[in-house]
Amino acid sequence: MNKINGEIYMQNKEQKELLVRLGEAQNKFGYLSEKVMIELAESLDMSISDVYGVATFYSFFSIRPQGRNIIRICKSVPCFLKNSQVIIETVEKEIGIKPGETTPNGKFSFHLTNCIGVCDKAPAMMINSEVYIDLTPNKISQILKAHK
Amino acid sequence: MAQQRIVLRNCGVIDPMQISTYLDRDGFKALKKALAGVTQEQIIDEIKLSGLRGRGGAGFPCGLKWELAGKAQVDEKYVICNADEGEIGTFKDRYILERDPFTLIEAMAIAGYAIGAKRGYIYLRAEYHCLLDLLKNAIGQAKEGGFLDQFDIDIREGAGAYICGEESALMDSIEGKRGEVRYRPPFPPSRGLWGKPTIINNVETLMNIPQIIFNGGHWFSQLGTEQSKGTKVFSVSGDVKKPGVYELVLGSRLRELVEGLALAEKVKMVQVGGATGRIIPYEMIDMPLAFESILGAGAIIVFNETRDIIDIVYRVMEFLAEECCGKCTPCREGTEVMVEILERFSRGGGLETDISLLEEVASAMMLSSLCGLGQAAPIPVVNSLQYFRSVYENRIRQN
Repeated sequence: MNKINGEIYMQNKEQKELLVRLGEAQNKFGYLSEKVMIELAESLDMSISDVYGVATFYSFFSIRPQGRNIIRICKSVPCFLKNSQVIIETVEKEIGIKPGETTPNGKFSFHLTNCIGVCDKAPAMMINSEVYIDLTPNKISQILKAHK
Repeated sequence: MAQQRIVLRNCGVIDPMQISTYLDRDGFKALKKALAGVTQEQIIDEIKLSGLRGRGGAGFPCGLKWELAGKAQVDEKYVICNADEGEIGTFKDRYILERDPFTLIEAMAIAGYAIGAKRGYIYLRAEYHCLLDLLKNAIGQAKEGGFLDQFDIDIREGAGAYICGEESALMDSIEGKRGEVRYRPPFPPSRGLWGKPTIINNVETLMNIPQIIFNGGHWFSQLGTEQSKGTKVFSVSGDVKKPGVYELVLGSRLRELVEGLALAEKVKMVQVGGATGRIIPYEMIDMPLAFESILGAGAIIVFNETRDIIDIVYRVMEFLAEECCGKCTPCREGTEVMVEILERFSRGGGLETDISLLEEVASAMMLSSLCGLGQAAPIPVVNSLQYFRSVYENRIRQN
């Protein structure tokens, strides 16, 4: 039994690149298209459904086109205690969309996310991989203006 | 009890981009000591003697974990540093990584030597992408300095999944799969990453290693309580004047941290240990922080008198339902059922049968879930029913 499992693990080692490659594709194209997933499945000798399964498991991957800038506002308890709801409403008003949507001009996508690990400086959000802390409604418009 | 800096001893003191500042603080001397004539068994014995237990929440004895992996007669072994700090209210590992990446690297190299592994991985959560360059720079400088001649460290980035902080899900994620938890046994020290013996330690656990090797396990075992040796780094957030990271000797009182250091006022309750952590009402604030009582990963979320217990528990359960990997039924279905009931209560409703239903689902989840998420998810609910039951009962009555 040990040996059989050992061999299965060896065969699957190509797959270890999958997360890295999905991350690269996500960064390059802004989302994981069907074409990208099929190509990855072929090059890593995996089934398409396995690639799709991984692509849809992680919240930083998207299988639908996203805006150029992805806003993620923390909705977890420590930010909630510091009025993250006001920040969420301010962003909604500023860019005119609800969580889960993308602006028609493709500039922003907007999501609510779980704890981003800056609870001592709540409320907080990320835009792409940049973290913004100690947010106030006034800060929001300035921050958003800085993104093209 | 008091504050003492073991894990954080270099934080704010060294330049995280310059290895020379770390060397000035006895950096890599523990590794040198380990490699110069100390056997692998002696290192593991020293860790066992120290009494160090895992700081990620589970509290498993570190030396025992290393011993199990060390004994395995296999060429290929791995050391993994769990830097997937996704627990709600926890930010200590980010604080440590951005201020002292070198101690972590030294610790991983010592771990590699102790168990006979030549490769290590740091699994960094996607939300901490901004730390990637800093970590790469530190690994590069350690390589140039000749400190990683026998041990390679790679960084693997997560992609946004709380469950990947669970060790078996983390390994599946490194293997390029969905981060779903595994059935155990086998445990990682016997069959872990790619089926090979693997030790997985939290950032903070590893940060203790160089000091233990340098000063000896006995020195470390003098600190703390009977079953909780050393210090713990706490992340304090919520209704406090001074949120932040504090390192205290284990056994210190919750009151000392919450009121004494973080300057909280009019405290109603404290959640200790993150989303699945216990809820401690103010009457119990003199409880010691230790594995014997309460600890978890050291997340301390403070709530003042204006907060509604049901609102908080509902939000926490929503989080857990969302982050559940979906592999086992008790957790996948149980968290959803709890969200539904708690949502009802939070809207001012609640049915006669809801309290007993919550308790029934809780006991099934605790008994039969596959991993810590499902097993511990009901804890805040159970605690809230224990200490704030009348709030639930009033809502039912008003309905």
